[in-house]
Parts: sequence; C-alpha cells; structure tokens
Amino acid sequence: MEPTVSFFSGFAPKDLLFLGEAALRTMWISVLSISIGTVLGVVFGWILYEGKWAAALTVAPILDVFRSVPLIIQLVLFYNFAPIVGLNLDPFASGVVILTIYTASLVANVARGGIEAVQPSMRRAARSLGMSYWQDLRHVVLPIGGRAVFPAWVGVALGVMKDSALVSVLGYVELLKASQILITRTQEPFLILTLAGAFYFALSYPISRYAASLERKWAQ
Amino acid sequence: MIEIQDLHKYFGALHVLKGINLNVEKGEVLSVIGASGSGKSTLLYCINGLEPVQQGKVVVDGTDVHAKGTDINKLRQQLGMVFQQWNSFPHLTALENVALAPKIVKGKSKAEAREIAAQQLKHVGLGEKLDVYPSALSGGQQQRLAIARALAMEPEYMLFDEATSALDPELVGEVLETMRMLAEEGMTMICVTHEMGFARDVSDRVAFFHQGVMEEIGPPEQIFGTPQSEHTQKFLANVR
Repeated sequence: MEPTVSFFSGFAPKDLLFLGEAALRTMWISVLSISIGTVLGVVFGWILYEGKWAAALTVAPILDVFRSVPLIIQLVLFYNFAPIVGLNLDPFASGVVILTIYTASLVANVARGGIEAVQPSMRRAARSLGMSYWQDLRHVVLPIGGRAVFPAWVGVALGVMKDSALVSVLGYVELLKASQILITRTQEPFLILTLAGAFYFALSYPISRYAASLERKWAQ
Repeated sequence: MIEIQDLHKYFGALHVLKGINLNVEKGEVLSVIGASGSGKSTLLYCINGLEPVQQGKVVVDGTDVHAKGTDINKLRQQLGMVFQQWNSFPHLTALENVALAPKIVKGKSKAEAREIAAQQLKHVGLGEKLDVYPSALSGGQQQRLAIARALAMEPEYMLFDEATSALDPELVGEVLETMRMLAEEGMTMICVTHEMGFARDVSDRVAFFHQGVMEEIGPPEQIFGTPQSEHTQKFLANVR
C-alpha cells in the first residue's frame, strides 16, 4: 500500500524566520509610504491652508476621495487599472503608491491643523524680526505646529502601518500574507495569527514609546 | 528718521487711519496714546509693513516701506517691534529665541549669534535665564525676552505696541524699566501705550489719537498739562 502523502506539516522554527522576513517587508513598505506620504501631506496641508477657496475646489475633493474610499478598494482598482494606462507596477510598487497617497490625504489635514495651531501674532513677531515667509514657515511654524499635531501624526503613521496588511490582497508577501501561507500549510491559525499580531505589536510599540518620550521632552 | 505722509489705512470699509502726518527724528521717544480702536497699533503695523496702506507713505531712512521693490525683510531689521502678546518661541530656550533671527536672517555664525543673544539677554536683566524655556518665565520676563530678541537685530528704531497691556499689574514695572533704560541709551522709540506715567516721564513728545486722526502732538507737559483738543481733555480726564 502506498504511504499517505502529507500536504500539511506542523509549525517549524524556520517558519518564524519566514514571518520575521515578512515583518521586515511590512516595515519597509510602511516606512517608505509613511515617509513620502508625510512629505506630500505636509505640502498638501500647506496648499489647503494657503490656497483658500482655490484649494477647496481642487486639492480638497481629491484628498477627500482617497480618505473616504476603503483602502482595499483603492489597492485593487489601482493594481488592475494602472496597466491600462501603461503603468505595469508590481504589487510592492502599487502598494507603495496607494499607501503613500492614502497617507498624504490623512496627513494633509493634520498638517493644516498644525499650521492653524500657530498664533498669527507669533508669525507676525517672526516676520517683524526680518524673517522671510519661508524662514517663518521653516523655523517657527514647522516646529511649533509640528509639535502640536505630532500625536495625531503618530496615530496616522501607526494606522497606515497596520493598514499595509491590505497590500497582501495584491500578492505582496508581507506579514499578513505570510501568515496566510503558513496557516494553509500548518492548519494552525490560532498560533500563527497570534505570532503575526505579536510582530505587528513589536513594530508599533517602540514607535509609540518613542513618540511618548519625545512629547514628554517637549512638554518641559 | 521715520516720515509718515498723509497715511490712510482701511480695513474693508472701515477707515482706520485718516491722513496721518508725522516725523520721528533719530533719538526721539514718541508715545502714542488714545482710546482702543483709535488706530494707534495699526500705525505701528503700517510703519514696519505688516499691514499694507491704501494711500500716503511711510519712509524710513529714505526707503519707502510700501513701495514695490522695497526689500521689506531687510528694512524690518531696522525696525524692532515688541507686541502686546510677547510671542516667545516656545520650542526654543531664551538664548535660542534671541539667537535665531541673527543667525538665519543676518547669516551670523552660530557662535556669533549666541554671543549677541547672551549679551542682549544680560542687557534686559535675563543673564541668569539663558538656557530656560519660555514656559518657565513670567510674563514680564517673556516680554523682556521679546525686547532682547528685537534688539539682537541691532535695529535703529523700536516700536512698542502696548507692551505692558497683557501683563499682570505687578509685572508692568520691570518691562517699563527696561523701556526706560533703552530710552536713556538713546534708542529711537515709538511706544503705543496706556501707561500715562511712562508717556509723561520718558517721552520727548506725546501724540494723541482719536478715531484715526492724530488730534494733538507735543511735549508731555503740553499734552498732559494744557491739552488743546476737547477729545484729549476728555480722554485724560477718564484715565486719571
């Protein structure tokens, strides 16, 4: 009699390494998207603040679309329709593009709030010292407004990091996708999802702690 | 010298300054008094170009403040300004607050800027507070910090916009004392103020503003002793 072929095998130590690598990919796609998205978001936030009604008619509605449509829909739509206009992006690049725009649309309003948090009289004082518009923006508005909205930005960044799990639907093997692969093989969803959750926590927690310590330092 | 010629300023339909003519010589201390809304503060904002004007002009040392092509950022270095709200930069220490503009605006080296800052802070009596953040300073100390910050740009003129109005009564004295010291050192100053004692004792001339018009200007003895305008008499009777 033929021996039974086993399709399933238990969780092995090397699978931990596989999850670890996937966690690094989650980190990489998040760091890239959050960094570029934050820079873009700050620029958009400035446009929203300075642009008045012109921005309200142009940039604001576009950002609203990206803020309001579920990320998973944006990812699938972009990944499948980009090739039609000649953009052949792999899952990673598609993920970065959408996560970046998504981050930017969230950061834009945080950034605008930051600029609004700086008293006009403070900016007048800066200008009265001979600072140019840009010097005032760089040396007064950015540090003061930035600190005011830093907790909100950390919230956005951690949210985007967790939302990067959705890029798994495009086939990019980040933490969630890696877990699904292992679950299929080992049939141990409880163990593996717990491990994946622990990895997400390990990525987020240092950031929250670091953010909290920065806020404490600034508060003095 | 600051020359103000037929200056008109509107906020929308509101006519805030109605044809001001005024010259301030180097070394002069001018106090501007009058009720709230009389246009005193707006005058200061127009002098250093923080507010545009609709008619007339302001000329500072031969430069038309509101002319196209005037480098307003350069001109403002000549016109130090202290506001009602002291506006210290909360993320910087006292020393950094004062050193920032010399460094980024004047392009001084970091060491040079810090030296200037330390000197100016000592000048206003904050030599012990160099590394303290503004949140740990009293209102009076923060206002003196604002004075040091303006002085660090080595201005030719100082504009004070009700510098003591937002302070607790017991802190007014130290700021007035600092202003008095500057006046004695020969700084040219325009002080919008509600402190009649300061206006009387320290000023060379006092101007009284009423509803956008400079009703009366003269030496303090004249304005406080024998005011000519009916509005001046009324105002002074009320503040005494």
